[in-house]
Parts: sequence; structure tokens; C-alpha cells
Amino acid sequence: MADLVVGKDKCGEQRLVSLPLSRIRVIMKSSPEVSSINQEALVLTAKATELFVQYLATYSYRHGSGKEKKALTYSDLSHTAEESETFQFLADILPKKILASKYLKMLKEKREDDEEEENDNNGDSDDDEAES
Amino acid sequence: VVLRPGEDLNLPNAVITRIIKGALPDGVNISKEARSAISRAASVFVLYATSCANNFAMKGKRKTLNASDVLSAMEEMEFQRFVTPLKEALEAYRREQKGKKEASEQKKKDKDKKTDSEEPDKSRDEDNDEDEERLEEEEQNEEEEVDN
Repeated sequence: MADLVVGKDKCGEQRLVSLPLSRIRVIMKSSPEVSSINQEALVLTAKATELFVQYLATYSYRHGSGKEKKALTYSDLSHTAEESETFQFLADILPKKILASKYLKMLKEKREDDEEEENDNNGDSDDDEAES
Repeated sequence: VVLRPGEDLNLPNAVITRIIKGALPDGVNISKEARSAISRAASVFVLYATSCANNFAMKGKRKTLNASDVLSAMEEMEFQRFVTPLKEALEAYRREQKGKKEASEQKKKDKDKKTDSEEPDKSRDEDNDEDEERLEEEEQNEEEEVDN
């Protein structure tokens, strides 16, 4: 557990957090309604973010298809965002990717469906006219 | 979101990469896209955690986010697994701060002895806001350097 708390940087010095506090602070301050942040809260948020990065990476690696290839890929991450409740909040920023050709095909199919509907509607009105 | 010139909501790539590599088994390749995605996710996490922690502060009718707000936020966000290591980190941080304070007070005492000062010791309250002010001063200094 001690490994999680204290890391060592290239100088061999023991450091509590690796992420720069000033940057973490900028992100925190950009949140609306936040007036001030005490130093302990800043340190803990930085530490929590580190733990989060570790957790997201290992979870995605274990549950993703990259495990066989010994790689962590984008799709492993978007898969995690979609499948895991804990990481659901990331779904919007980690969308699943599809090939452009598939997307164009989808668009074409949708257009064809829409056209069919229109034709059906026109057909109905024709019938009305025919009757009168 | 209002950004001052030069401000970045992204976290440094080198540090993020180091954290990821440390967490995964040796020899696992991390695609550039994956790294970038994790970095963005981390920024979103900070925002989410801050917003959540702020709710707890407001409930407590406080304007300053504190350590317990962050810990409560982790539970709320269903990252209970972070709570124990965070509490350990907090204790380590407090020990470190106490050590620094005692070291600087010791220096002051030594200095007083040398100059034969008759001034009584001024005891400082543990004021977290003081630390925050110091941090702000540092940031201001950084800005001045950039302008020059």
C-alpha cells in the first residue's frame, strides 16, 4: 500500500504526488461555483487522479481485447466506458469508433428508409384523391 | 469555462504515460490514442470530483473545499477503493507539513539565539488558507516570468 502513496522520481526523491498541483488547481477552478480549495483538498484530488489513471488503464487492459496482443488500445477504453457503470461518466468523451465506410453506409440506409416513408405517405393521399 | 492566456486543462503527457506504464505489466504497448484518451478522461475525472466535492462543501455551508469533501466525493462517485490510499496519503502529507513547520521554527529559534532577541515566540495557527495564499503567490510569479 505504501507504494501507492509515495512514488520516486528520477532523482530518487520520494514524492507524494506526480501530477503538477498547479495544473490540477487550474482544472478544479474552472468548475463553476467553486470558490476556494484548501491545500489538502488539492493534494488529495491530484492523488485521486493518479489512482484513477492507474485504475482505468488496468481495468481496460484486463477487460479489453488488447490483452492477447499485449497492447492497450483506444477501443479497450471506449469499451470500458460503455460496459462499466463506474466509468459510465466517460461514455461521451470516449465514444465507440466505426469505420467511415460503415458510417456512410448507415447514412445511405437511413436516407433510403426516409424516402420509403415519404412515398408511402404520398400513396395515401393519392388514394384519397382517387376516391373523391 | 474561462481560461487565462496560456492555461491548459490538459495534464502533462509525460506524467500520464509514466503513471500508465507503472500500472500495466512490462512490455505492454500503449497506443497514442489510448494515452490521449486516458489523459482526457483524467481531466474529466478532476472536474467530476471537484463538482461532487463542492456539493459536500456547500452542504456543510463552507466555501472552501477541504480533504473530507474530496473523500466524500470518492465514495459518492463509487471509487471507494481510493479512500484508504487517499487517507494514507493525507496522513503522510500532514506529517510532511508538520516536519517542515518544525524545521522552520527550529531555524527561527536558532536565529533568535544568535541575535539574542528578546521577542517572544509567535505561535502560528494551522491555517490552511495561508498555504493557499502562498500557492497563489507562486502562480503570480510564474505569470510575471512569462510576460518578461
